[in-house]
Amino acid sequence: MTDVKSYLRDWTMPHVLCPGCAHGIVLRAFLEAVDQLQLDRDKLAMVAGIGCSSRLVGYVDFCTLHGTHGRAPAFATGLKLARPELNVVVVTGDGDGLAIGGNHLIHAARRNIDITVLLLNNAIYGMTGGQAAPTTPEGAVASTTPAGNTEPSFDACKLLIGAGASYVARVLAATPIEMTKVMADGMSHRGFSFIEVLSDCPEYYGRYNNVGGGAEMLTWLARRDAGVAGPLSSKGFVKHVPSSATPAGMMTGVLKREARPVFAGVRRIEPDES
Amino acid sequence: MSETRLVQGNEACALGALAAGCRFYGGYPITPSSEIAEHMVRLLPGVDGVFVQMEDEIASLAAVIGASLAGSKAMTATSGPGFSLMQEHIGFATMAEVPCVVVDVMRGGPSTGLPTSPSQGDVMQARWGTHGDHPAIVLAPSSVGEVFDLTIRAFNLAERFRTPVIIIYDEIIGHTRESVVLSESVEVESRLSPNGDPAAFWPKLAPGDGVPPLPAFGDGYRFHVTGLTHDERGFPTTDSAEAGALITRIHRKVEVHREEISEVETFMLDDAEIAIFAYGIVGRSAREAVQRARSAGVKAGLIRPVTLWPFPYSSVAEVASQVDTLIVSEMNLGQLIGEVERAAAGRAEIVGHLRADGEPITPTELLDVVMSSGGSRP
Repeated sequence: MTDVKSYLRDWTMPHVLCPGCAHGIVLRAFLEAVDQLQLDRDKLAMVAGIGCSSRLVGYVDFCTLHGTHGRAPAFATGLKLARPELNVVVVTGDGDGLAIGGNHLIHAARRNIDITVLLLNNAIYGMTGGQAAPTTPEGAVASTTPAGNTEPSFDACKLLIGAGASYVARVLAATPIEMTKVMADGMSHRGFSFIEVLSDCPEYYGRYNNVGGGAEMLTWLARRDAGVAGPLSSKGFVKHVPSSATPAGMMTGVLKREARPVFAGVRRIEPDES
Repeated sequence: MSETRLVQGNEACALGALAAGCRFYGGYPITPSSEIAEHMVRLLPGVDGVFVQMEDEIASLAAVIGASLAGSKAMTATSGPGFSLMQEHIGFATMAEVPCVVVDVMRGGPSTGLPTSPSQGDVMQARWGTHGDHPAIVLAPSSVGEVFDLTIRAFNLAERFRTPVIIIYDEIIGHTRESVVLSESVEVESRLSPNGDPAAFWPKLAPGDGVPPLPAFGDGYRFHVTGLTHDERGFPTTDSAEAGALITRIHRKVEVHREEISEVETFMLDDAEIAIFAYGIVGRSAREAVQRARSAGVKAGLIRPVTLWPFPYSSVAEVASQVDTLIVSEMNLGQLIGEVERAAAGRAEIVGHLRADGEPITPTELLDVVMSSGGSRP
């Protein structure tokens, strides 16, 4: 087994992530999966958009593309179609992947292009300073929802199942061994694989919602037992209840696995492929 | 060997792309450019290329950039509304220095505008549409034959300078059918590849002419590509010296090769006293107007920029020093006329003949302008 540090571009350190942010744990779990699968690092392309999660690709010694906000699945589509022998992995966040990039994500899933998308869901926009995301639970406080979020949130896995992703899984950043297992499984899947990782943002989400620091947030996410939305106030706002900000009822594990034809663009089909 | 065929402007674009070595097309349907996609989807499989219809124009250019980084020559095509959406990735390709070709078949605007009518309303958007300081290479064919030739040239310039190149023409050229000589032996340029030790390779370390080599993802060179301001190694930096060096280099690599990139056609200018400045389809009307004016004894001439950007300031300045009057005619309410005024710097009287109502500018109306702008003097 290779030391996963050998997959890092050590000269790019220190990284931009905050103390207590679990994105580093997620990256390590991913590198363990790459190592388990013995992927050729010259043939591994990682594509990202904009945000905290997307910065991970700068630190790994593969072919890395740090694109534009939300568009990573579209960059990845061109890359994979033009060079099918590449293993293409997209790293995105909940704002990047589900708000500005939602359209690209669902269409990549619909096509069933053979790439893997890791969506690191910390339920908030971290890099821009803690604004509400499409995954911010109702009632949760963000810098743009000071009285509590009044919008319903996306369940990313349900969305991707609906869009036609042929592999959908959810894992917790608090369970790195399971994360590695699911990531290796997802990358081995032929077709579009989507893995949502419930990560944390102690700096903004944790602070605004009194959930605590990194360790407390991960424990809280792992318990997943406290989420009850607060009652609506007379003004229509959800009354802020700290415990309402948990992703209650979200199932983890592999939620969908389906064998269906993989998209390769309009191209010449060799007789033995048809 | 060459073949002469009757083809539509948009078909000539697809054929030129194939001849230039384009092997990837990603696009989104929009009038009046859709025929380019419809030809590419039929042509590409035969040359082991790939076609994909993306979910929008933003994704189209993203896929093109991805394919280019995988080593394919790649293009997309659109019209005004889609061109607006592509500005995000024109900026990315400029900053990350990823070769690609973007075709804008112009229709009336702003907004949804006149989908099936010609216009030249996007020439400033082609120059300044994306945010930040950036260079631009923009080519403007005026005939179906020139669409074929300039599409090849666009790929060559994109590869040569590691930058997006924009081809811009209007609906009339896109939908006109003309006899075209389709040369089979075209000159094709490919990007510079590194040949050293992959471990010592940095993607933004440029040799003297400012254009760094670019390997494909998967070739054994592991490198980072970002739209963030970056250093010579390709990694994000906020150091002002490094930021300044990058922005200067991506401008200079185009600026110092201005002569190589710039192409200007002149017609009957030698002894001209009055000249028309026109490009694209208006250049054709202007050529006819010049001939008619000459038949009437008026010393008229034409200057037609084939390369719109970088703008041919010195060529226009030269014409302005020679003629009394320079008529600028474009199918917009005045975009390049400002650049002509800047280049002429008062050396000639500038007269604008501009319209943006979806109708083409005819030779007859241009002749009238020539005659009423002093050209009727004996």
